[in-house]
Amino acid sequence: MKAKSTTKTSYHIPIGPIHPALKEPVHFEFEIDGERIVDVDVKLGHVHRGIEWAGSRRNPIQILYLAERICGICSYCHPIAFSLAVEGIADIEIPERAEYLRVIQGELERICSHMLWAGVAAHEIGFDSVLYITWEMRERALDLTEYLTGNRVTKAITMIGGVRRDITKDMIPRIQKDLKYLKDNFEKLRHIYLDDKTFKLRSKDCGILTNEEAVKLCAVGPTTRASGVKKDVRVDTSYFAYGDLDIDYMTPDVLTGEVNGDVYDRIVVRLLEVKQSIELIEQCLDKMPKGDIVAEPKVAKLLAQLKKVEGEGIGRHEAPRGEVVHYVKLTGEEHPYTWKVRAPTYNNILPWIPMLKGEQIADIPIVAASTDPCMSCTNRVGIIKDGNKNELTKEQLHQLSIQKTRRLMK
Amino acid sequence: MGFSMLGQVFAQMFKKPWTNKFPAKYQPSNTTKYLAKVAEGKAKINPPIEIPKGFRGKIKYDKDKCIGCKLCIKVCPTDAIEFKPEEKKIKIYLSRCCFCSQCNDICPTKCLSMGDEFLLADSDPYSKDLIVE
Repeated sequence: MKAKSTTKTSYHIPIGPIHPALKEPVHFEFEIDGERIVDVDVKLGHVHRGIEWAGSRRNPIQILYLAERICGICSYCHPIAFSLAVEGIADIEIPERAEYLRVIQGELERICSHMLWAGVAAHEIGFDSVLYITWEMRERALDLTEYLTGNRVTKAITMIGGVRRDITKDMIPRIQKDLKYLKDNFEKLRHIYLDDKTFKLRSKDCGILTNEEAVKLCAVGPTTRASGVKKDVRVDTSYFAYGDLDIDYMTPDVLTGEVNGDVYDRIVVRLLEVKQSIELIEQCLDKMPKGDIVAEPKVAKLLAQLKKVEGEGIGRHEAPRGEVVHYVKLTGEEHPYTWKVRAPTYNNILPWIPMLKGEQIADIPIVAASTDPCMSCTNRVGIIKDGNKNELTKEQLHQLSIQKTRRLMK
Repeated sequence: MGFSMLGQVFAQMFKKPWTNKFPAKYQPSNTTKYLAKVAEGKAKINPPIEIPKGFRGKIKYDKDKCIGCKLCIKVCPTDAIEFKPEEKKIKIYLSRCCFCSQCNDICPTKCLSMGDEFLLADSDPYSKDLIVE
């Protein structure tokens, strides 16, 4: 926090790391002038769990299940991004049916995540009856997930080179029944979120992120699309089977005809994406070809293959919150040399600052929640020495870099 | 415009709750005593909802089929499986298990399978119910 900017009239409010308004630990320091927020500072690093370190002692198959536990809600995105990275290194060709099955799982997760978020957003503005009705609908999507993967949250469906469970013909009627339910009720939900007075009052012109700021701060996912930036990994790189499917960027002007970049627009984008996801799953069920679901069904053989390969790979996947990037380096050993995760919330932290500036204290929960933050996914680096938490500034880092250069020159 | 939730809220008053009241309709004053009563047959438990077909519950282990190849130990993400060298068989600690069923996939003799039991809470991580061998 820049303490020098404090004037006589403004004062500081620290919020967090543990606070009822926040679902996960993050520390805000607000400079407040009356009810208005003048300046914001965000501090992270309260839930660092050392997952990447744990990954350096496991083989790629074991890491799949570790990656699944980076985030409870994105429990499909992380392992799939990791396996995309590994498949890139080992040149594994994925069967076409598996590509479609991967899309179905990814979109189903997006439905669950966006509905969870919509419920939380309703709760944040004090509209709890909508929270219950949204989550009742989400329960159906979770039941469908359980039916397809065997579990509600930790799906264990990813395998390097494909997926682990197939969708057989007898399962399709049940999937279509649930999709129909979601589709029928979606209109009701859209009506509540987009036409209700309470929602409009609280979310219109609140927490604005302009197009330029979104581009400058590299926001990802629905947060950036709500500001009118056309950025979506599914369309940009058309991995999996997305290239065969009818998919386009979901920006708020599709529905409302204008882009404001406020909380209302973020609700619009997420709701449109729920509808888009339902349609994508339907398309996949129609177009899915017959064939294998995994490139190498013998896991032991796959492990032996991965033990031999060397190289670096990057896996990108459009998670419900935005682009998730996994970097993996294999050096011909059982365990990967490096595994680095960049969760989408990492990019969506800085946009909080322009969003929150000029807003009121009471808007903090809904604006903070509007990027759908996921703190424990984001916290990747923490420096702790002698029990003290230590953060390095740019100058200190630069100094350290100079010192290292000198040390190497000797 | 207007308050679009009103109709929904009133309709909800006449609907049954969505939640399945498990294990009892009302929270018993003492859960342990209640469960003891259930075991004696004095009280009835409200059953949980049916589990789906591919559900991954407590692991079942067919000891005779196991050849002691240790492949399951190699892929277990949580190190939940221990090898018993004298018998050449395995021991699974369910308190560590993450129910991913990866050991089922890699097993060459298919001696492991996922069961449907999921009420596995226990105060002792080494209790008999939580060790499969």
